[in-house]
Amino acid sequence: MKELTYPIDASFILKKKAAIKRRLLTAAKDFTAKKIAVLGGSTTHDVCACLELFLLDQGIKPSFYQSDYGRYYEDAIFGSEALGAFRPDIIYIHTTNRNISWYPSLADTAQTIEAQLAAETEKFTAMWDKLSADYACPIIQNNFEYPCYRLLGNQDASNIHGQVNYITRLNMQLYAYAQTHANFFVHDLNYLAADFGLASWADPFYWYLYKYALSLQAIPHLAYSLSHIIQSIFGKNKKALVLDLDGTLWGGVVGDDGVAGIALGPETPIGQAHLAFQLYLKAQRQLGVVLCVVSKNDAENALAGLRHPHAQITPDDLIALKANWAPKNQNMAELMQETALSEGSFVFVDDNPAERELVRQSFCAVAVPELTTVDAYIKTIDRAGYFEPTVLSADDANRTQMYQSNAKRQCLQQTFVDYTDYLQSLAMQASILPFAPLCMPRIAQLTNKSNQFNLTTRRFTTQELQQIAADAAHLTLYGTLADRFGENGVVTVLAGHIEGAALHLDLWVMSCRVLKRGMEHAMLDALVAACLAKGISQIVGYYYKTEKNKMVADFYPQQGFALLAQQGSDSVWSLAIGAGYQPKNKLIAVNGGQIEGA
Amino acid sequence: MQTEQIVSKLNEVFADVFDDQSIVLTRNTTAAQVPGWDSLQHINLMLAVEDAFGLKFTMAEVQAMQNVGELIDAIAQRA
Repeated sequence: MKELTYPIDASFILKKKAAIKRRLLTAAKDFTAKKIAVLGGSTTHDVCACLELFLLDQGIKPSFYQSDYGRYYEDAIFGSEALGAFRPDIIYIHTTNRNISWYPSLADTAQTIEAQLAAETEKFTAMWDKLSADYACPIIQNNFEYPCYRLLGNQDASNIHGQVNYITRLNMQLYAYAQTHANFFVHDLNYLAADFGLASWADPFYWYLYKYALSLQAIPHLAYSLSHIIQSIFGKNKKALVLDLDGTLWGGVVGDDGVAGIALGPETPIGQAHLAFQLYLKAQRQLGVVLCVVSKNDAENALAGLRHPHAQITPDDLIALKANWAPKNQNMAELMQETALSEGSFVFVDDNPAERELVRQSFCAVAVPELTTVDAYIKTIDRAGYFEPTVLSADDANRTQMYQSNAKRQCLQQTFVDYTDYLQSLAMQASILPFAPLCMPRIAQLTNKSNQFNLTTRRFTTQELQQIAADAAHLTLYGTLADRFGENGVVTVLAGHIEGAALHLDLWVMSCRVLKRGMEHAMLDALVAACLAKGISQIVGYYYKTEKNKMVADFYPQQGFALLAQQGSDSVWSLAIGAGYQPKNKLIAVNGGQIEGA
Repeated sequence: MQTEQIVSKLNEVFADVFDDQSIVLTRNTTAAQVPGWDSLQHINLMLAVEDAFGLKFTMAEVQAMQNVGELIDAIAQRA
């Protein structure tokens, strides 16, 4: 929703909360329900109310637990019946510099300050450890913002007796914990307050009257920023930038001005600004965001511009280049089909307001940042938090290469008449193994991002996945797939729990990148082998219908499963297995072995 | 600003904040008569009124206000 995208109007959001919420709910999206425990060191009511709006906009329907006023520490350490019963999916600790229990004064020795710092750190660390042990869910913790006045003036920053200095040191302790604990995320309140303007942020009016640790107008900004972390944890990040060329990647019109005439590079102010923007996009690509171009241009002109001597985004950086004169919504539709990425994965970046409006109206889930002038492009995209990283997996950095390999495969596909011949020519190799720690970030990512080839659409946090991987009553498998064009990384994940002689499949997902490659057969074979080794004689599969997973509605019958039960559009399937099981995979070499029957 | 103008503008603010287009304010309207007007929504109401009239209440004013009449008086005093 435009009102909930950078730059936001905080007063408008606060005033119209109820109406905005109503509109978001009637947009009838396929929401993912999540339980969020907010443990506050100050009032949290409007924090939750605003957070709800931003999360709904990102497809997450939150329910909240709020600790009684200021009881964040007690709830964490001593527990509370209500919090226990709530069973949070995520915990947010909303503390601020108002919750720091001790500050140095000039009379204190360095040792005293050191000891107090250690004690404060210990208090928070104990809380995070306890929460993590009790609830096994991700924890988000505010860092501490700078104070609104400074007794020591500028020296407050450098002198060990200064509050700014003390807060900085305390924050470093938070970061050290974050660097060693995978499911712990620091929400950078300090940056946010600086960005908002510390003087307005720390308006004590709201503290004295309502016990809000920040001004009311700052709360929507806090909620927006927080929603980025939550959206990222639950796999709702955007994945791709769709870029316009003229006026966006460079100044001027390459078809009219020629390559030498466009503004890109150090010679002019406008050229510098476009260069900086391209460098920013290039850095995003290196973090795993995929880049596409959709431009109204002749292909040769578009390519000439992308080969400009100062161009940072070159044709090799793109997974798709659509330079033609067709309407942009048509190009977008094609792009979605070709990449198998959903509507909600795209950010459409175009300096032309008419093109933005067309795309906004055609696809409600595509993010369309409101670009103004080139010097503000980076800020506009950056502040919207589309790609907020929480877990960085090694596959992220390789994503462009994977999609490019996919494009090459599609080319090859056209030269083969027989599809099986084509698949054989790919020389596919898979590893199919129980969940391993090294792959856990990617396993979690795939589990939480896949919507189409997903039988149950159950989501798991990394911690939950680690728990089932370690549990003898569970069986887990993940699969990677490589072929002559490259490595696809982890592309499929399944998990089930054992009851007697039956395995019940809780999860089976596969990336759409490897559809129709026979990977699901290789997985089933591996699953059957693993089951037989454990004396299991029956596999029970569940299909839960969602808006997006129709493609696997008949998956189990296609694999030879028999219908056990049907309720509405959900169904339960069973496969009896024994030594006579006939392997289905004839195309992929698994775990370094030969292909059966090849 | 005339009292009627203030009331009509206030009425719009109340309709937005409490998401109820049917609200009709009088000088005697109190929090108890408006569904949703609790202490937590009061803070949002105050900010929305401040924005609509381009003014900032003091802590003392916010604490003293008991009904819509006193709110109107506080606004009229600034004009």
